[in-house]
Amino acid sequence: MGKFQLITKGLIKENPTFVLLLGMCPTLATTTSAINGMSMGLATLFVLVLSNMAISLIAPVIPDKVRIPSYIVVIATFVTLLQFVMQAYVPDIYETLGLFIPLIVVNCIVLGRAEAFANKNGVLDSALDGLGIGLGFTCSLTLLGVVREILGSGSVFGFKFIAGDGILAFVLAPGAFLALAYLIVIFRKLTTKKAE
Amino acid sequence: MTLCLLTICLVCSGLLAGVYALTAEPIAAAAAAKNEAAIMEVLPETAVKVEEERTVEFEGATYAYNLAYDEAGNTVGCAINVAPVGFGGPISIKVGFDINGVIWNTKVLSQAETPGLGAKCVEPSFSDQFKGFDPAAKRLSVKKDGGDVDAITASTITSRAYASGVALAAKVFHAIAGTPMLLDTTTGASNSDWQEDAEGKSGQSESTTK
Repeated sequence: MGKFQLITKGLIKENPTFVLLLGMCPTLATTTSAINGMSMGLATLFVLVLSNMAISLIAPVIPDKVRIPSYIVVIATFVTLLQFVMQAYVPDIYETLGLFIPLIVVNCIVLGRAEAFANKNGVLDSALDGLGIGLGFTCSLTLLGVVREILGSGSVFGFKFIAGDGILAFVLAPGAFLALAYLIVIFRKLTTKKAE
Repeated sequence: MTLCLLTICLVCSGLLAGVYALTAEPIAAAAAAKNEAAIMEVLPETAVKVEEERTVEFEGATYAYNLAYDEAGNTVGCAINVAPVGFGGPISIKVGFDINGVIWNTKVLSQAETPGLGAKCVEPSFSDQFKGFDPAAKRLSVKKDGGDVDAITASTITSRAYASGVALAAKVFHAIAGTPMLLDTTTGASNSDWQEDAEGKSGQSESTTK
């Protein structure tokens, strides 16, 4: 697999949200608006790249029995670093994302990539894999956020284009499931056609 | 095995300690700047200096407040934090008063109300009605309960919480200013006596707070 493919596979073939259906909790919860979805995606991207690199470096010396605890410690460290930095320099975004930043620690995408890819591959490949999957996650979350914001609040990235409110349900939890389900249907339709 | 995990934990905690030391100051500064901006927003424009946070005991609870001064050093107002419980948890509100006990402005610091319904309490269409609201002349409860506050459509719980929070802040203000408690939000009892009283006493409190 070429280096370039390592990045692109995360966007379409192994898109974490629409194909692997991983990390559903932050996906559903933080995509109330486009900017929130994008921030969550970028935060995860950052952790994913760094943790993939660190884990690919230390994997050969870690005994199998303490593999998972070690990965969790490494991932938690990067998440906490990110938390400090966000709190210091972008306090507004930090407040909106709230609880979901610390929850990146247990995001199955991050641990999943560590287990499935980073501990068997080199540093560069792992970084690219993290970048690809992270970008896929970011794009999916932004897309979902855009859809929900258009339908729910009648705006995109905070710019209102209709007066008044949209369909409130799309900002709330039911809308998250509905919008996600339809996006998956459309995504599947488009990608399977390509394969034929 | 144990050694390996121990090493990882040690390295990680070292790293975290380093970053914490680097970011502790910006984090505190960001929080302080946000708080100060919120205080300035709810107080008259003449306020240029905000005093350090103080606390006051009122009916068994503790409230944080800040006094603000103009260039000449006179007290121009007081910002009080209250956190009434709304539909989705506490709504943290900063309520600013001028020295006569008239509300200058209110600002929501944090809330978890339903988006599109109760969350509208942060919008000017709702919160602007508290600007210049005199708790002595008008009743701080929603119209449904016989007060003078316009509730947000379909969000009575949030509106009630907001109004009760502001009413509580008004009571706390009088506890701070040392004026007698003549304000009753449920019966709306208010009269000109209180006004006179407040003026007389607020002059006094000014000198004591300095």
